[in-house]
Amino acid sequence: MSWITSTSTERRGTMNRLRRSLLKVATVGASATLGLLAPLKMLAALWPAAAFEAKTTEEALKAAGVIDPVASASIAIKAPEIAENGAQVPVEITSQLPGTRSIYIFVDKNPQPLAGTFEFREGAEPFVSTRIKMGESSILRVVVQSDGKFLMATREVKVTIGGCGE
Amino acid sequence: MPDPIRMRIKLTDDVADVRVLIGHPMETGLRKDAKTGELVPMHFIETVSATLNGKVVLEAQWSRAIARNPYLQFRIRGAKANDEIGIAWIDNRGETNSAKANVPPPS
Repeated sequence: MSWITSTSTERRGTMNRLRRSLLKVATVGASATLGLLAPLKMLAALWPAAAFEAKTTEEALKAAGVIDPVASASIAIKAPEIAENGAQVPVEITSQLPGTRSIYIFVDKNPQPLAGTFEFREGAEPFVSTRIKMGESSILRVVVQSDGKFLMATREVKVTIGGCGE
Repeated sequence: MPDPIRMRIKLTDDVADVRVLIGHPMETGLRKDAKTGELVPMHFIETVSATLNGKVVLEAQWSRAIARNPYLQFRIRGAKANDEIGIAWIDNRGETNSAKANVPPPS
């Protein structure tokens, strides 16, 4: 029976080597991106719960600290006039306002209007494109914070099939 | 293991155009499971950060209203070939994932 033992030992040896090399890869992979998680956790602590949980745009604006937003033609919102699927509505925002620091997206008729905020640090262009969920046809409201002021643009999006249950 | 993050980067002059697809269910907590009829618990990404050579350039805070398998496109000025762009997210359950990619030469 010694050959079984030797074979299994050999196999185990191969497996161990394989396992070691996999572990090495896994370790390299994890440490390569580990550095990204520390700043992320700091940012996560800033998640604006009150603004996200607000049930009306008015409350959400207030909770997000948006004061007296003024209509601006320097904010471009690209979104479909009619969105067939409310679960995936593409929205692209470009701000031409100098010193744009952040962009807020609100969907007035969603159960919780604030969909997301995007903060730009040095190097980032004042542009963002994403896909959002819309429960029904609604005004899409984009607020830009620029040089400490709040500016706003709106667009109407008609939704054929709502996407909040998605 | 969370679903993967896919990144596509295009460099034009000194602007890197970054397109990111994140695998995540983004459950609102309002959807009913088709089989059980029970509400599927809320499960969504709250915070996303993008870095250029380790420095945060974009920070996003999200609600449940960002679509399933989130798409995010942004642009970084002052980027050059071989620069490293990183993406990391954390969701409401504390799960995280991250990915890195290098900026390709201008096309």
